[in-house]
Amino acid sequence: MAVLTEDKRKLIGQLQKHLLRWQGFKSPENSSESIGLGSVERAFPNAVFPIGSIHEFIGTTPEQAAATSGFIGGILAALMRKGGVCLWISTSNRLFPPAIKHFGVEPDRIIFIEARREKDILWALEEALKCDRLIAAVAELHEIDFNQSLRLQLAVEKSRVTGFVFRSNPLRVGNTACAARWQITPLPSESDAGMPGVGLPKWGVELLKVRNGNPGYWELKWSAGQFIPVSKPAKLLELPMRNRKIG
Amino acid sequence: MEKRFASIWFRHLTADWLALRRPALRNMSFVLAEPVHGRMVITAANALAETQGIHAGMVVADAKAAVPDLQVIDHPPGLTEKLLEALGLWCIRYTPAVAVAPDGLILDTTGCTHLWGGERPYLKEIVTRLRDKGYDVRMAIAGTIGTARAVAHYGKAELIIDSGAERNALSPLPPAALRLESDAVQRLRKLGLHTIGSFMSMPRTALRRRFGPELVEKLEQALGQADEYIQPLRPIPPYTERLPCLDPIRTATGIEIAIQRLLEVLCKRLAGEGKGLRQAVLRCYRVDGKMVQVAIRTSSPTAHAAHIFKLFALKIPQIEPALGIELFLMEASKIEDADPVQHALWGGMPGPEDAALAELLDKLAGKTGIHKVSRYLPDEHHWPERSYRLAVSIGEKPVTTWRTDQPRPTRLLAKPEPIEVSAPVPDYPPMLFRYKGELHPIRKADGPERIEREWWMDKEERRDYYQVEDEDGRRYWLFRSGHYADGQPQQWFLHGFFA
Repeated sequence: MAVLTEDKRKLIGQLQKHLLRWQGFKSPENSSESIGLGSVERAFPNAVFPIGSIHEFIGTTPEQAAATSGFIGGILAALMRKGGVCLWISTSNRLFPPAIKHFGVEPDRIIFIEARREKDILWALEEALKCDRLIAAVAELHEIDFNQSLRLQLAVEKSRVTGFVFRSNPLRVGNTACAARWQITPLPSESDAGMPGVGLPKWGVELLKVRNGNPGYWELKWSAGQFIPVSKPAKLLELPMRNRKIG
Repeated sequence: MEKRFASIWFRHLTADWLALRRPALRNMSFVLAEPVHGRMVITAANALAETQGIHAGMVVADAKAAVPDLQVIDHPPGLTEKLLEALGLWCIRYTPAVAVAPDGLILDTTGCTHLWGGERPYLKEIVTRLRDKGYDVRMAIAGTIGTARAVAHYGKAELIIDSGAERNALSPLPPAALRLESDAVQRLRKLGLHTIGSFMSMPRTALRRRFGPELVEKLEQALGQADEYIQPLRPIPPYTERLPCLDPIRTATGIEIAIQRLLEVLCKRLAGEGKGLRQAVLRCYRVDGKMVQVAIRTSSPTAHAAHIFKLFALKIPQIEPALGIELFLMEASKIEDADPVQHALWGGMPGPEDAALAELLDKLAGKTGIHKVSRYLPDEHHWPERSYRLAVSIGEKPVTTWRTDQPRPTRLLAKPEPIEVSAPVPDYPPMLFRYKGELHPIRKADGPERIEREWWMDKEERRDYYQVEDEDGRRYWLFRSGHYADGQPQQWFLHGFFA
């Protein structure tokens, strides 16, 4: 019986791949590489974190901004494992460079760009995403509309640079051409039994939208330079209300 | 910088050259002669002939009468100039500015002599090298061209004259040392003025009236009271390109074409010399007499025309042609040696020095809306705002490592914001705090981490930092400013947000 399910699962996987191909989804060439997100990666098509696409992060509070910066830092550390440079574009730099080292990224390999207006940030991001010498580019914005995100997506499809757009306090969430939309919230840290003080950073990672994938909710913590999935308590299963909205 | 000049005098330039070409002539007295007004006149004599009383300017027939076995050789026209130029080019190894004087060379040695360990070894080196070649030379170094020449020709003892000592060096020399016309020299001799010192302190007006303006000018130049310039053999051309236009240019397309043409020539020259530009200025001279200019800068030296054009293309909207531009002038105002690195070598994961990346950063920095392109390196300070510093260049490597032994927030407020806290026990973290109207009861806390102010740099109070987590799991970095004092409320601040 178990063999049968195994066969069926394989078959279903094959069919899903066919479906994706028919829908026009091109799987990236180096599809085997994991970036250490564990179970979260299974939400993406072919269970691979899409490198060379645009990821959108949404946050409303400065605490969420801090958590998102840490989370992006963790992903950047995996992307920049073999060296390389990334760009961080914002209106006024609030990221504290020495802190990003805690997430495994050498802060001197990040180049900070400060622009006055959102328009200039978008321009800089598009120029950066066209340059295939970069590993990634992060931009902090409020608003981005569908056409703008489409331009970015087209730029990365050629250059294979990963783009991160962090939208703090967007007026309108809207529809974008990004590969995924994330929301990171800080969660109470767990300290080891009997140990006082603040524990390891812990986040609620919510994938609100995934192109050709399945949205979901996970809890991760950052420990010893990698993401560690936290076993999900039962009550949190009903938390992602937004995903239920169908039709 | 104080100017220094060297004068090299070739005493028997053409004769020495001929002796080198024909070794048989070495032990003979011979002269070079050319026809002047139907007579053969001696233009140069070798040392042996000179000891027999033969000198340049004599008629060959007279000389033959005095020395019957004198060899007479025709003087090839233009030989002296050709030889001096060749020797001058050879001397460029000692200084970039070499000029040809009537019977020798003038070297601008300013800032060059220390490479040979001072002026004396420098002088000795050049004289020895030229004598080894077979030329009879005398050389002197002084603060002015006139004094250097005078001492090289007539100086008796010291051949290196300090700047400011020209007066003493010149005074025992004959007036001919000043390169005067022969009738002025004769008039001086007739008046009994046998040395420069005898008329040096006479009123200049009297000298000018009696001997003409030339004497005063040469004297002032030799004493350093008037400027004298040399015309270098190989002038150092500035990195400037001009493009005059037949019709005034008024369109953006026209300006683009002009920039492309200028850059093509400029970059070809830069690449040929192994250099790259860091800054460039484009000056546009308009028909109405006004000039508009735009400037660009790059993060690393580059001679890549397409890239520099892209940087200028961002600035084209700032150029207002008005009635039209009739002359474009492109100047590379800052030049650096470019690394001839093969950029394609590391195709995989480039570092910050990568050329394509540098071009992207230049492009970003050139855009008007972008005001800062920065990279940070660790700095050895505990004070959080000072724990990092701006990198000077794009390729600068960190000297120390980034510290991770203490918790630091991912987001730091530019200015700590005051909060209201309830902290009943001294040196304990607060129980709750209020920030922007919201109450945060604290569940977990770490600290304090005391960071002392750097009293030699600023006057701020010390800070006791706490990492706290409220009941919703949001993590903050708080600090108490200053130490406890009787009856005074403690001021608390929020400084950052942890991931």
